[in-house]
Amino acid sequence: MNASDLLKIVSGRLLIPDIDLSRPIKGGCGADLMSDVLASIQQPEAVLVTGLCNPQVIRTAVMADMAAIVLVRGKNPPDETIELASKEGIPLISTPYGMFDICGKLYQAGLVSLEKPISEDDYTCI
Amino acid sequence: MDKKSDQELNITNQVTENITPAEELAYELHIEEVMSREILSLYPDMQMQEALEFFRTHHISGAPVISRDGDLIGVLSMEDLIRALRVTDLEAPVEKYMSVQLISVRGKDPVVEALKKFVTKSVGRLPVIDDAGNLIGILTKGDITRGLLKALQRDYQVEEVRRYRARHLFEDIVSDRTSLILRYNIKAHDFTRGGAASTNIKRALLRLGASPQLARRVGIAIYEAEMNLIIHTTYGGIIRVEIEPHQISIDVYDDGPGIKDVNLAMKPGYSTATEEVRELGFGAGMGLVNISRCVDQMKLESVLQKGTRLRLKIFLKQNEIVGEGYPANRENS
Repeated sequence: MNASDLLKIVSGRLLIPDIDLSRPIKGGCGADLMSDVLASIQQPEAVLVTGLCNPQVIRTAVMADMAAIVLVRGKNPPDETIELASKEGIPLISTPYGMFDICGKLYQAGLVSLEKPISEDDYTCI
Repeated sequence: MDKKSDQELNITNQVTENITPAEELAYELHIEEVMSREILSLYPDMQMQEALEFFRTHHISGAPVISRDGDLIGVLSMEDLIRALRVTDLEAPVEKYMSVQLISVRGKDPVVEALKKFVTKSVGRLPVIDDAGNLIGILTKGDITRGLLKALQRDYQVEEVRRYRARHLFEDIVSDRTSLILRYNIKAHDFTRGGAASTNIKRALLRLGASPQLARRVGIAIYEAEMNLIIHTTYGGIIRVEIEPHQISIDVYDDGPGIKDVNLAMKPGYSTATEEVRELGFGAGMGLVNISRCVDQMKLESVLQKGTRLRLKIFLKQNEIVGEGYPANRENS
């Protein structure tokens, strides 16, 4: 799957024109907590499905070597977010569907999860 | 036909069919940029026997035929030679067998024009002419492939040169212990720029030859630390990264307000962040935990009202040494 297929699967709108959509997407990750994304992603080339739309989403995606970002529930991100995504060359897509819907659609399309579950030792959150 | 050009043709036939990724370049590049300027040509009154020898000595499978005045009058290919061979007519002049139906391209035209001709007419080479009709070069599919590859390479070269220079930094400078120090001033509550420093550090590491995994690991640790400075400090703080071929030392410090209970701060899920910060996707009490997962050594010291200092170390294994190392005079520390 690449970003161009992704765009079709999520019935999305590409927020950055003139961006390379051929980059392969190897799996997915869905979260609104950026620390969770940073902690769970072990492999590059994932798509990040999130409801957040501030520039930190793009920074997180850069840090985790992600291949694309899908903003759920028709979010219109601020200009800084779009500019940063464009500068970093990450396809930013807005979809009318919610997080559960999108994760389901992507799973059905054969995309695997690239989220690593937390280890037994760390299972102590208050 | 010799083996080499056979393979060349197969590859480029594929290129001409699946042109999409290279399409842009095929429109940008001009034929004269990729053609061969060395023109090996025949005269019409040469014998086919001589042409055969000519092809063999120059390892070519076709050549343009020009008149004694220098005008392009035909093209002789290996197929024409075979036709002559079949009827043992090698003493005939070249002009008897050459193809006079001239398909040529203009040097100023984009490469895509030549690709179209290669696809529609079954020719192996195209004479290239200038506006006045003079022969200025010869173009084969192999020339196009090489030209496209070279152009693609050129795009990557700028970054490659940067990487090359950075990678050799440690080698070129002689000292008992060389290190590169990067320092970033982080402003408190500057959420828009949050992550800019870590992005730059990650990029620097990649240029220094770090593996993508290592760059990601260091980048994530520093990103969380950077966000902590932005979220929690009174006046901001400083990130100092010291890169050595065998280790990366990160020092993140600020001058307040300090952490009341360091052990509690280290506990997963414990957070003092405001609602505003949580809306940014941070402040869920996972930052320090994430950092500790990414590094080999972590020291957190804090004095209330005074400030906090976070020291991180990442030890590099032999195969992930940054900057190609300087193993000859490396210290053990």
